[in-house]
Amino acid sequence: MLILHCPNCGVDADETELAPGGQAHLKRFGPGSSDEDFHDYLFARENPRGVHFERWRHAHGCGKWFHAARDTATLEVFATYSAQTTEPPQAVLDAIAARRPGWTWRHES
Amino acid sequence: MSTRIAAHGRLIDRAKSVGFTFNGKPMRGYAGDTLASALLAGDQMVMGRSYKYHRPRGAVASGAEEPNALMGLGEGAKFEPNQRATTTELFEGLTARSQNHWPGLEFDVGAVNGRLSRFLPAGFYYKMFIHPRAFWKHVYEPVIRQAAGLGRVPGGRDADTYEHFHCFTDVLVIGGGVAGLQAARSAAASGASVLVLEQSAHWGGRAPVDGGTVDGAGADDFVRETVAELEAMPNVTLRNRCMGAGVYDHGYALGYERLTDHAPRAGGPRHRLWRIRARRIVTATGAIERPLAFAGNDVPGVMLASAMRDYLVNWAVAPGRRVIVATNNDDAYRTAITLKTSGIDVLRILDARSSGGGALMQEARALGIRIDCGRAIGRVSGGKRVRSVAVCAQEGTGGALEEVECDAVAMSGGWSPVVHLWSHCGGKLIWDEARAHFRPDPERPPRGADGEGFVIPAGAANGELALNGILGDADEAGKTAARGAGFKPARSKAPRGETVEEAPLQPVWLMPRHADAHLRAKAWLDYQNDVKVSDVRLAAQEGYHSVEHTKRYTTLGMATDQGKLSNINGLATLADAIGSEIPQVGTTTFRPPYTPISMGAIAGEARGAIFQPVRRTPMHGWHEANGADWEPVGQWRRPYTYLRDGESQHDAVMREVRNTRQAVGLLDASTLGKLLVKGPDAGRFLDMLYTNMMSTLKPGKCRYGLMCSENGFLIDDGVVARIDEHTFLCHTTTGGAERIHAHMEEWLQTEWWDWQVHVANLTEQFAQVAVVGPDARKLLERLGGMDLSAGAMAFMEWRDGRIAEFDARVYRISFSGELSFEVAVPASQGLAFWEALMDAGREFGVMPYGTEALHVMRAEKGFIMIGDETDGTVIPQDLGLGWAISKKKEDYLGKRAQARPHMTDPTRWKLVGLETVDGAVLPDGAYALAEGVNANGQRNVQGRVTSTYMSPTLGRGIAMGLVLNGPDRMGEVLEFPGTDGKTYQARIVDQVFYDKDGEKQNV
Repeated sequence: MLILHCPNCGVDADETELAPGGQAHLKRFGPGSSDEDFHDYLFARENPRGVHFERWRHAHGCGKWFHAARDTATLEVFATYSAQTTEPPQAVLDAIAARRPGWTWRHES
Repeated sequence: MSTRIAAHGRLIDRAKSVGFTFNGKPMRGYAGDTLASALLAGDQMVMGRSYKYHRPRGAVASGAEEPNALMGLGEGAKFEPNQRATTTELFEGLTARSQNHWPGLEFDVGAVNGRLSRFLPAGFYYKMFIHPRAFWKHVYEPVIRQAAGLGRVPGGRDADTYEHFHCFTDVLVIGGGVAGLQAARSAAASGASVLVLEQSAHWGGRAPVDGGTVDGAGADDFVRETVAELEAMPNVTLRNRCMGAGVYDHGYALGYERLTDHAPRAGGPRHRLWRIRARRIVTATGAIERPLAFAGNDVPGVMLASAMRDYLVNWAVAPGRRVIVATNNDDAYRTAITLKTSGIDVLRILDARSSGGGALMQEARALGIRIDCGRAIGRVSGGKRVRSVAVCAQEGTGGALEEVECDAVAMSGGWSPVVHLWSHCGGKLIWDEARAHFRPDPERPPRGADGEGFVIPAGAANGELALNGILGDADEAGKTAARGAGFKPARSKAPRGETVEEAPLQPVWLMPRHADAHLRAKAWLDYQNDVKVSDVRLAAQEGYHSVEHTKRYTTLGMATDQGKLSNINGLATLADAIGSEIPQVGTTTFRPPYTPISMGAIAGEARGAIFQPVRRTPMHGWHEANGADWEPVGQWRRPYTYLRDGESQHDAVMREVRNTRQAVGLLDASTLGKLLVKGPDAGRFLDMLYTNMMSTLKPGKCRYGLMCSENGFLIDDGVVARIDEHTFLCHTTTGGAERIHAHMEEWLQTEWWDWQVHVANLTEQFAQVAVVGPDARKLLERLGGMDLSAGAMAFMEWRDGRIAEFDARVYRISFSGELSFEVAVPASQGLAFWEALMDAGREFGVMPYGTEALHVMRAEKGFIMIGDETDGTVIPQDLGLGWAISKKKEDYLGKRAQARPHMTDPTRWKLVGLETVDGAVLPDGAYALAEGVNANGQRNVQGRVTSTYMSPTLGRGIAMGLVLNGPDRMGEVLEFPGTDGKTYQARIVDQVFYDKDGEKQNV
């Protein structure tokens, strides 16, 4: 029973108000893409023990989507932020790095 | 015998006698008794029979950890099985029944299992009942079912009510003993809001029984003063009879409050489930004494030393007159001393330690109690009551040195902190070698959203077993909790506790240490599930080296007490058997709830009519008053059909179809989803959502559209009307409105967030009525108003206007193949409009029709239904709907997926019509047989029925189905076996059975 802060309406929402939406920051592949790219877009998901970026919807609240950066093992929440972005904002990456020294975002490895 | 004594009794009121019955026998106790203490006071030592061997059992504990004394309480609709007598407060009129015996508690046929115990070892059921296979269904299962199960299932609906209560607090303290109270006090002094839960009816826990002083005063005084102090603080809430049941992610916790179990005539809800969010949780849950594993340790009269002390001090009950105490630690000496000073004979203290104990031993010796060091219990003899004890050397194999007659045994194997709540949410444990127990590892707490540990163990639950250590630890825990919750702890000193210094214990996992096989087979670990030392050793011998495997193989710790007494002894036995160390073996997983909670409390108010809300259209009441036979559709109720007097469901549906096709029918279509999509990019957006082109639709026109998921499968369909340049109204299926609205929002918010589109769900804003049939236009014209002639409004067009006094939006669309107008009016006008149509339609023979007639008519026309023809694996191309897929669009959701190799596979089953050779109705979901068998030896199949109905229009059964190469096999006859044993023959035909050219809808 997580609590996540909805960045859209400002409410600290109980998990019962939220609907999970899987991994965040997927890039959509449409017509013309290779079978492999499209397959990965549809089905291949990260499942890390540790830092993870997720999509959530404040379904029984403001109805808006947002993103959460959290640790799947300790349940620590580093930040929640707008869903209208293709990758985590620098402030979010900084917040994670402060708590998990040595951790890097996928482009930075 | 066990009796009430003159001394002690701090919890009972001897002035108030209370009557109750046990197995129908009238008995009496005092106000303040538990059921267990009252039974013991009445010399009722046997309280039940064990689960597997049906051995007579009595209470071994005095609290929540009790495994044996489980009762069925109450009667009729208030009956509840498996209630612990030790936590059941006595009240006038209580009725209790013991469990697991037939015909009676005293004489039980199932006890023969005990004689056969040699043949019922661990894993017996797994090994025995596998062969021969056919025996399982007819022989083994019925017999085992008869014998299995704990307690009796209540007969009727639960007569009681329950409720949920949501609450937020800075600090939650679980446990109202001295540790919990002190932790609450130090946390509350910071100004933090504090909620304290205590599972029993009394504050103070064990301390008042165990003795010692706090700041020079008795523990009872400390408890009274602290409770009074906390009660006076506005930021503190105290709840007793409320157990901390579970701790979950991010500071969520459940409290289980038993409001009226002790006073059933009080009224109001019986249980209340507290749903708590706390910033920090202090677990001051105390410790539980461990039994010693010796032969006959389950004979009634053998009790935990602390429990025997509780019965004496709290309830003035002596479980025996001549008692032997067996221990590996100093604490049990307190029991011996209390017994002796209460006038009970203590025949021996058998101290497994060769050098005995400390100051408490001296005190006992000074009282004249005989103390034998390095001694153990070899075996307890007795059936329904302890008769004698064979004394032996602890370091031996069990050879008896002497036999001592006695009637009760107090045992103590040391104390285990109650770490359950710490562990529920992932807190880890460390093995404390000196105290021989697992305690919370401060380095690995359960963590909250801030990454910090949010559970703080306090007192005995943290491994501190002496009073002064408990108070200091709890004081610090309260301050840590307050700090973690964002408060500044007040500067204060912990109260000073004083107790007698104790000598170290010596771990004893088997008594005597080298007990032979015969004794091991009578040394119980798990009382409730009848698991013995010999069972765990057998499991180890057979290769079950993981504690989780051993648990499941032997059922150790899997009973309703979740191994509160057996856990540590069991895994120590396993460690010994496999030559490993206890910390390497580790514990099984602790799962909530701490003790079982009622199903009623979990359900709370959500039962009966309010289990799930029912959505009602504006005409719902009219339908109800006019014979509606309801069908649930999503959260709606829709009339399946309208039954007339004496009419069968089938006849009613046939009548409704015929009347609609021949005259005129009305359908309440209000439940259809109505999503308004508006904005400069609305057309572009809908082009991505639907497979066909929506942006080219002209205002005033309608178009049928298909919607697919990103992996290509059909998820919804419906008619889209273009309202103006920037506005579309999208109809969805009844069940799909919320889902499709969410689907649209997801894509708008997370992928195309720069597109200027808004979506609003208008489903409940409008009532919608389908006026269907050859006389549909005549009926609407009778009401008067807007021009609905073919010239003014063609098929697949819509218009706004007024019909009689109603504000109407009329869509000329048809799902039945007949002339049809779907009229939307504001929801507030829905019922009046419906009634006006019924009035005006009388001369045309108008009838309402339900969802089944709608289904029959759409099937006659070969229209698909989402959920019938589709099941999440069907793409539009499978259904011959290629005409509704735009070839011009570069992209739409599902387009790329529909190009994947298996989506374009020509062997995908395709939609066709099916017509039985003899006119019968095909069974729904039946498969068409093909030649040969598959790898599992099952018959190959080549298609299946997706919709099947009796068509009154054609006078025969009609169906649709998905068939391999179906459209290329017109006229072929397939075989469909039904579950009724018959095989149906059906011919592949075109799926449009009625009015193929669409002449009837286009007039």
